[in-house]
Amino acid sequence: MLHTVNKSPFQNTTLTDCARFIQDGDVLLLLEDGVFAAQVGTTHSALLEALVQRVKVYALQADLKARAITNLVPGIQITDYSGFVALVEEHKIHSWL
Amino acid sequence: MAEEIKKIMFTVRKAPHGSIYVYEGLEVKLIMAAYDADISVVFMDDGVFALKQGQDTKELGIKGFAATYGALMDYEIQKVYVDRHSMEVRGMTEADLLVIGEDEETEEPVKPQVIDAQEIAAMMAEQHNILSF
Amino acid sequence: MKIAVCIYEGPYNHEASDSAYNFIKAAIDRGHEIQGIFFYHDGVYNVTKLMEPPQDDRHIANRWSALGATGIDIVVCIAAAKRRGIVDDVLVPNVRISGLGQLTMMAIQADRMVVFGD
Repeated sequence: MLHTVNKSPFQNTTLTDCARFIQDGDVLLLLEDGVFAAQVGTTHSALLEALVQRVKVYALQADLKARAITNLVPGIQITDYSGFVALVEEHKIHSWL
Repeated sequence: MAEEIKKIMFTVRKAPHGSIYVYEGLEVKLIMAAYDADISVVFMDDGVFALKQGQDTKELGIKGFAATYGALMDYEIQKVYVDRHSMEVRGMTEADLLVIGEDEETEEPVKPQVIDAQEIAAMMAEQHNILSF
Repeated sequence: MKIAVCIYEGPYNHEASDSAYNFIKAAIDRGHEIQGIFFYHDGVYNVTKLMEPPQDDRHIANRWSALGATGIDIVVCIAAAKRRGIVDDVLVPNVRISGLGQLTMMAIQADRMVVFGD
């Protein structure tokens, strides 16, 4: 299962809500304001560090660049829209709106 | 051979009334239930507030949807689930939930089924498609 | 693979429309069939011909219309549209107004349904 989160974790609990339902082998994609969670050294880094231990975590490149986010929590992979589509090819998707 | 019936799940995660999402999302569920699909609806996070009994939008001047929710089963929406944790952290218990119909045989009122995140995650994995509404 | 896309937010106000567009372009590039694009909630505002963004910005409605011209079925929900004053007369070419039955068919027939919204 592919889970997408598009909210900043500093404003909204979507990421922690989603994390309760993520199963081993699932994939998490951060996009739009969701990519603010990928930044290293924040109050949410520990959650991301825990998540990358059990699932693949991606952040969307265009959204990272737009927001000048360069230092990511180790283990988070960067992907582009084509990579996003590739994840959708492999998994059913739930958008955590 | 008849085509396989597809499983479609709706996840409701937004609070009612502050925005139109829950209201318009209900319209989708009512339409989709008329088609040949295996529909389920899961209320989680702020979505559980939409299931609180006693909602009255008259003074607010908006239409509301409590009456429709009370008849969900008549619209062929039988699989209605609530995430237990989301309810608990919001101070809600099963007693707070509205009735969605009555049992065909016993005529007892039926409430949405309270289940755990693990069960929801397992159901999500079985779906053909999941719509966030 | 057949992919359907649902968009819930209006243009410019939210990134959903841009994310959806970029996703769809990438999906087409990877050889997928876009089963349909469905606009719901304030998403119905994405395809009005009345919008006139500054010249140096993207024209969101024209962008969707151009995708529609390639044969992709772009549907504006009639119930959501009527509520918001969106009628056939204000739509860009290559999109159509139709009912939630279209969304249902997309959800059933598409291998994947991807939702973009708030």
